[in-house]
Amino acid sequence: MPELPNLQNTKTPMPVQDPSVRAHNFNEVATGYTEEMAINEAKRCLNCKHMPCVGGCPVKVYIPEFIAKVRAGDFDGAYEVIQKSSRLPAICGRVCPQETQCESKCVRGIKGEPVAIGRLERFVADYHNKKTNQVVNDIQKNGIKVAIVGSGPSGLACAGELAQKGYEVTVFEALHKLGGVLAYGIPEFRLPKKILDLEISNLKNMGVKFETNVVIGRTITVDELLGGGYGAVFIGTGAGLPRFMGIDGEGLNGVYSANEFLTRSNLMQAYENNSETPIMKGGNVAVVGGGNVAMDAARTALRLGANKVYIIYRRSMDEMPARKEEIEHAIEEGIEFKILTNPIEVLGHKNENDKKDPKNGFVRAIRCIKMELGEPDENGRRRPVEIPNSEFDIDVDVVIMAIGTSPNPLIKNTTGGLDVNKYGCIVVDEQTFKTSKDYVYAGGDAVTGAATVISAMGAGKTAGNAIDELLKNNK
Amino acid sequence: MFQIVNKKMLNNTVCEMDVLAPMVAKKARAGQFIILRVDEGGERIPLTVAGCDENEGLVKIIFQIVGSTTEKLNQKNVGDSISDFVGPLGNPTEIENVKNACVVGGGVGCAIAMPVARALKNSGANVTSVIGFRSKDIVILEDEFKEISNNFYLTTDDGTYGEQGNVCVPLERLLASGTKFDKIYAIGPLIMMKFVVATAKKYNIPCIVSMNPIMIDGTGMCGCCRLSVNGKMKFACVDGPDFDGYGVDFDEAMWRNNMYKEFEAKKREETCNLFKKEVR
Repeated sequence: MPELPNLQNTKTPMPVQDPSVRAHNFNEVATGYTEEMAINEAKRCLNCKHMPCVGGCPVKVYIPEFIAKVRAGDFDGAYEVIQKSSRLPAICGRVCPQETQCESKCVRGIKGEPVAIGRLERFVADYHNKKTNQVVNDIQKNGIKVAIVGSGPSGLACAGELAQKGYEVTVFEALHKLGGVLAYGIPEFRLPKKILDLEISNLKNMGVKFETNVVIGRTITVDELLGGGYGAVFIGTGAGLPRFMGIDGEGLNGVYSANEFLTRSNLMQAYENNSETPIMKGGNVAVVGGGNVAMDAARTALRLGANKVYIIYRRSMDEMPARKEEIEHAIEEGIEFKILTNPIEVLGHKNENDKKDPKNGFVRAIRCIKMELGEPDENGRRRPVEIPNSEFDIDVDVVIMAIGTSPNPLIKNTTGGLDVNKYGCIVVDEQTFKTSKDYVYAGGDAVTGAATVISAMGAGKTAGNAIDELLKNNK
Repeated sequence: MFQIVNKKMLNNTVCEMDVLAPMVAKKARAGQFIILRVDEGGERIPLTVAGCDENEGLVKIIFQIVGSTTEKLNQKNVGDSISDFVGPLGNPTEIENVKNACVVGGGVGCAIAMPVARALKNSGANVTSVIGFRSKDIVILEDEFKEISNNFYLTTDDGTYGEQGNVCVPLERLLASGTKFDKIYAIGPLIMMKFVVATAKKYNIPCIVSMNPIMIDGTGMCGCCRLSVNGKMKFACVDGPDFDGYGVDFDEAMWRNNMYKEFEAKKREETCNLFKKEVR
């Protein structure tokens, strides 16, 4: 007779650092389940036969199966189950938007909160990473070389998939550090760099080679890779080109793209004392946008020592695309949300009497206009409309634009026969992620435009399987 | 790691290095740049490629010791290595269909102007070079320019060498006397490029400028190097670094380059103090 499920209607709470403390440090916000908490939460799972949660997961983790192992206290067994589908569980458990994926399908969510699948995944991965000295993998190599362009989520997932199947995988990275957006974008307090490094070293142990400081399209082209012995190339270059609003004053000192602000803080470690990289700290900061990147930028600014941080978003809280948890954390930490508000100009210091005034050219305020929600647009979101004569200024020293990114045109411009759509996204076959060019596959934000880490991983994994289908006959 | 194979001081504050980076050496063309990091935890700085030896796999860089990172780079000697060196980045300078070219270089900008002048020469163009410096003791690359130029002019602000004045003095004289150029290439301090553009405009001659804003990744990711060209936002790393000088908002570019002036001065001082201690 199996044990009855835990009927508690809410998730086992995640221990977190107190908001007033964490607003001033870069340590991880959520500290993770204990073994007892994990087992308690695992007991909430009904182990549904039709497994709706798995359908909500882009990489199809066998969720009920791994949760059953957690429930039995077999954490190593749980890790093995997850490993069959995902090579990067410590990352996914932290940054996936579970509320719109696996957890949104959970039967327990109908009458209460769904099972905390993400928290359990994180627990299992952390348990494994803490305990094991990396297992040396003795995978039989097949001698076929595959090149992966970009070491972000899609590239890492594709590399893991192919390495597991015996391919000799080389990942090329333009920056000096591996991880793509996981390294330069997502802040330390949400994804500690040591977690990322551990997941990457797991791949290295599987035989994956990494080459930093190589810009594909410049240092070496996709065609040169194909001509140089690589059987196939996977492009996972992301959507790195930042967008600006096109309003006056965006060239002022103190206006950053979220990419620049986060890159300075994360990748270039400006958050550390005595860093070599400058960043504007303190003062008042306005972050424009309502996505995860906006939350990351706002919370980073706060931790760097800002007096006051505003999120400026043109729609209402209900339309905000960021993960619910990130919005809640931001509110708890004291970030002020200026919703239904849109910037129309960034205002700068301009001392006409003293051209040498050091403040000249720096931001002093952001001019905004109030918005109201009108008719739904093509995506069903209600379109924000300006309210006439409602302009007002907010005094700020720093403005961070977090309004999205576009794919980098470098690969397209240097690779013959690679089709892109009108937004610059690489066009692929939906089943295989094959591009218009033979032996070249692509996935992640380079294909979809800015999306999530896990959908990129899903694409990398699927493309890895398709590449295997293509090349395995050459073995 | 990338090894330093040759090192030479061109004047008291300008250093030339050959770095072993075969993949970059194979691809780099005049006008392109690289980004380097001296050591772990260091800054990424862009430097224009001053020349390449494809056979030896060497990339030549020339830099002025102005900040903490260039100070640290200058402490490295032949045989030492730097941790990161990536490129070539940016678009090569367009030299096609130019028969009569004028290359204007200012200060350490001459290090960038030199490969452009040489590329023009090699493409068969008639090259007039105008290079300017503050003073005699910081003149660099004079012989190299002389060698490849059909006409050569050198100015110093204080008149201690060559003609007294800035580069616009001989340039204006040439243009006023009816010399026709298909294109002028101006490479140097922003203020110099601004005035060269103004001079070129007066005589309706196209003028290309090479912009050197603050950068981080150099691949189009951060938007830090943005500038306004004909009222449109451009990124120097992927759209440039060369732009039509007529359209560039130099005043904006000048204030943007001063964004971290205070921080940089402080870091420079800290680094200098550190090295002094080590020497002692």
